[in-house]
Amino acid sequence: MSKHRTIKATVNGIAYERSVEPRLLLSDFLRQTLGLTGTHVGCEHGVCGACTVLIDGDSARACLYFAVQADGRHIETVEGLGTIDDLSPLQQEFREHHALQCGFCTPGMLMTCVDLLKKYPLASDAEIRDGLSGNLCRCTGYEHIVRAVRAAAARRGRKDDG
Amino acid sequence: MNDTAFVSTGQVGRSLPRVEARAKVTGTAEYIHNFRLPGMLIGKICRSTVPHGRIRHIDTSAAAAIPGVYAIVTGEDIRKIIPDPYYGPAFHDQPILALDKVRFVGEPVAVALAADPHIAENAARAITVEYDELPAVYDEVEAVTATAYVHDVLKPAGTFADLKHLVGRRQTNVALDFHLRRGDVEAEFAAADHVFAHEFRTQQVMHTPLEPFVSVAEAANGAVTIHTASQNPSFVRVEIARLLGLKENRVRVRTAFLGGGFGGKLYIKLEALVTALTLIAQRPVKVSLTMEEQFFTITRHPCTFRIKSAVTKDGRVTARKCEVYYNGGAYADIGPRVAQKSGFAAAGPYDIANVHIDSFETYTNRPPAGALRGFGTPQLVWAYESHTDLIARALSLDPVEFRRRNLLRDGRPQATGTVMRDAPLAAVLERAAAAIGWGQPFDRGSGPVKRGRGIAIGFKASISPTASVAIVNLSGDGSCTLYCGTVDMGQGSTTAMAQIAADCLGIEAETVRVIAADTDVTPYDMGTLGSRSTYHMGLAIQRAAADAKAKLAALAAELGVPEGTNLPIAELFRRKYGAQAGNIIGTGSFMPSHKSPDPQTGQTDDATPYWMSAATGCEVEVDTETGRFRILRLVNVADCGTAINPRIVETQLTGATVMQLGFTVYEGMEFTDGQLRNPSFAEYKIPGIRDMPARLEGEIVTSRQGGGPFGAKGVGESGTYAVSPAIANAIHDAVGVRISALPITAEKVYRALREAAGNPLPED
Repeated sequence: MSKHRTIKATVNGIAYERSVEPRLLLSDFLRQTLGLTGTHVGCEHGVCGACTVLIDGDSARACLYFAVQADGRHIETVEGLGTIDDLSPLQQEFREHHALQCGFCTPGMLMTCVDLLKKYPLASDAEIRDGLSGNLCRCTGYEHIVRAVRAAAARRGRKDDG
Repeated sequence: MNDTAFVSTGQVGRSLPRVEARAKVTGTAEYIHNFRLPGMLIGKICRSTVPHGRIRHIDTSAAAAIPGVYAIVTGEDIRKIIPDPYYGPAFHDQPILALDKVRFVGEPVAVALAADPHIAENAARAITVEYDELPAVYDEVEAVTATAYVHDVLKPAGTFADLKHLVGRRQTNVALDFHLRRGDVEAEFAAADHVFAHEFRTQQVMHTPLEPFVSVAEAANGAVTIHTASQNPSFVRVEIARLLGLKENRVRVRTAFLGGGFGGKLYIKLEALVTALTLIAQRPVKVSLTMEEQFFTITRHPCTFRIKSAVTKDGRVTARKCEVYYNGGAYADIGPRVAQKSGFAAAGPYDIANVHIDSFETYTNRPPAGALRGFGTPQLVWAYESHTDLIARALSLDPVEFRRRNLLRDGRPQATGTVMRDAPLAAVLERAAAAIGWGQPFDRGSGPVKRGRGIAIGFKASISPTASVAIVNLSGDGSCTLYCGTVDMGQGSTTAMAQIAADCLGIEAETVRVIAADTDVTPYDMGTLGSRSTYHMGLAIQRAAADAKAKLAALAAELGVPEGTNLPIAELFRRKYGAQAGNIIGTGSFMPSHKSPDPQTGQTDDATPYWMSAATGCEVEVDTETGRFRILRLVNVADCGTAINPRIVETQLTGATVMQLGFTVYEGMEFTDGQLRNPSFAEYKIPGIRDMPARLEGEIVTSRQGGGPFGAKGVGESGTYAVSPAIANAIHDAVGVRISALPITAEKVYRALREAAGNPLPED
């Protein structure tokens, strides 16, 4: 077994210090070591996007990133977005627009959208589709996801969205 | 009782958000993907590297010597604890791990167990297996006459009457031959004005649920618990109990939300394996497949369909002969049901007096094929709707008008002799035609870029007979818990079933708690498959709710409460028990009537409780210089009876449309000598968000399904039926070439264009 290394990472605002194997993937660190199973693992080779998280504010595939690389970084996962009783505006739009079916790709979709909403105007459906082109969904046919993101983009900056 | 006696109280027909949406958007919904147990071992699978061979030797010594490896398990180890370790819903033909022989590349041969998944994976790779290779067969048509036999002897499970004649049969790869005979096709062909014959093929594709197959088993005190991403836990329980020689009540099978299913997570997938492993290891065992391994687990049947029609000069189809070969791969799974239940509708939704159908399920040395969103139907519609279009063009008839002339109308017998009822085929066709602007002038393109439009219609019979049982539990405070074994794999059944129960009881759907399938708790359900749950489970829930209401009325009478008082349920309980206490349990079950088809003629006057239909309109743009095409519009219209939740129906429709779009233009499992070349998302492309058609529209034709709960029927598969031929027909309309084998690729279109121009490209 490889020699363990100690990493310090902040996940959803909480500081963690853990000893990990160098080969441990960030996705497994989040899911197995920290028990944050909201991040799902689909294809395990960077295509499906189900494991998307934010690393220092940028969306990234947790299955293509080693836990040791997260040392000193800020990670955000779906667990940090909102709670069952207090959904974030983006989560509300996904719920209201039926932008999910099995829900397995949803956490990755949401984290990608958080990044997109922060950085891009998302003024057209084409721009929304470009932004989400790295996230696969086998259930919805994407139509309702586009509608939800459209609504979330329109809501940005409104006062009640904090 | 009369199932349609319920008058809606307004819960049915609401487009409320999915009841589990909050859990899914916060990452708190439960999936077996996330499930762990203390002391759990992880199993990683060593798979066959040859398509067909006798196992000479398995060397596990190097693997077993790796530090941290708990055990290496082979088929022979399993045979010691399960003497006859073969499973399957139609044939008991699939070993839990390969025994004596392997039958496809990727077949599980041995398992490495370790607490650490990386160690288990390394160990699985360190197992070496020697084979004596045998001749193999891959093609479904060749399989019928080949002398390479995938199985030495056929072993039907005994549950299906139409498989009994295959018991003990040797030297065959045919796992079911279904025959339908109506009228005299040969006489009609001899006398016909026109006879058309074509052959169409479809490729092997995979469901690729984003949550790959996963099961966990634990055993204690003579009982087994299996936590599994399964679409039919009741079947798993019966089959595991049979394998272990246990009573059903010693086997518990529970599910959670499934990260997609699409028919893949039916019957036994990993459940028998994890059960055997936990019994051997005496520790809980989890097996989670990778995306790659899913391709070696279950797929959609490739199919070859030879179709021949007699047509009068005024465009009436008077006879149709269908020869359908389904490629079932190495193990039958539910393939024989696909060949039979789809086979009987192979002639399409048309009123044809003379029909001759032969439908074959064949064994080959490929990964097994089973159910995938349509149960064989999309393969059939691909063929008969391409064929229909070719006939219309050859006779210079408008393709919609030609279909209109031949469409099966309500009250007319389908090819089985079963009278078609409550299937608004004409309305579905007309709506699709109107939506795509059929008959209206449109931009035909300019220069090398041409545009065209296509239409297609398909139908499917609900698989019959199948049973569902439901329990409605009213608690002391009046709240309602619904126990139903329908598995929510994304189709929205939790929400729909809550709406049905709530409507019957006159309460808000959001207040109903639906318990996920768990055979210790939820009663029997045949399975979440074939778009059967809304109808069958919906009726069981209606009956359970009616039973609960009758018991409430009896309680009120016992307490001397006058009828019509409308006392809250909680108050009734309080008066009965003097506290917030007690339960009222309503139970209901449903199984439709059914008459098995005659084994010689396939005739029956009661083939199915209901028919589902959908039509697709497509507009496409083709670049004649490259063959590249772009789908400008895709309109899919389906009949769903009453929509329980119209928004969910809409999402089912758009989702199925895009999935079938993938099977039409992107996806295909590619083999060389039985070796799958593209088992990953990097090489096997499913539709992404940028592959959506420029305009994607789903429309519902609401009707009323007689006998259905609130007039509803299933709709999960309908969106897949007609997509593929609509696209091929649109391409033909645009550039005059016909693609007869899926997937439709730019290369195929370009080759066809060159061929049509008399300047064919050389084969590579």
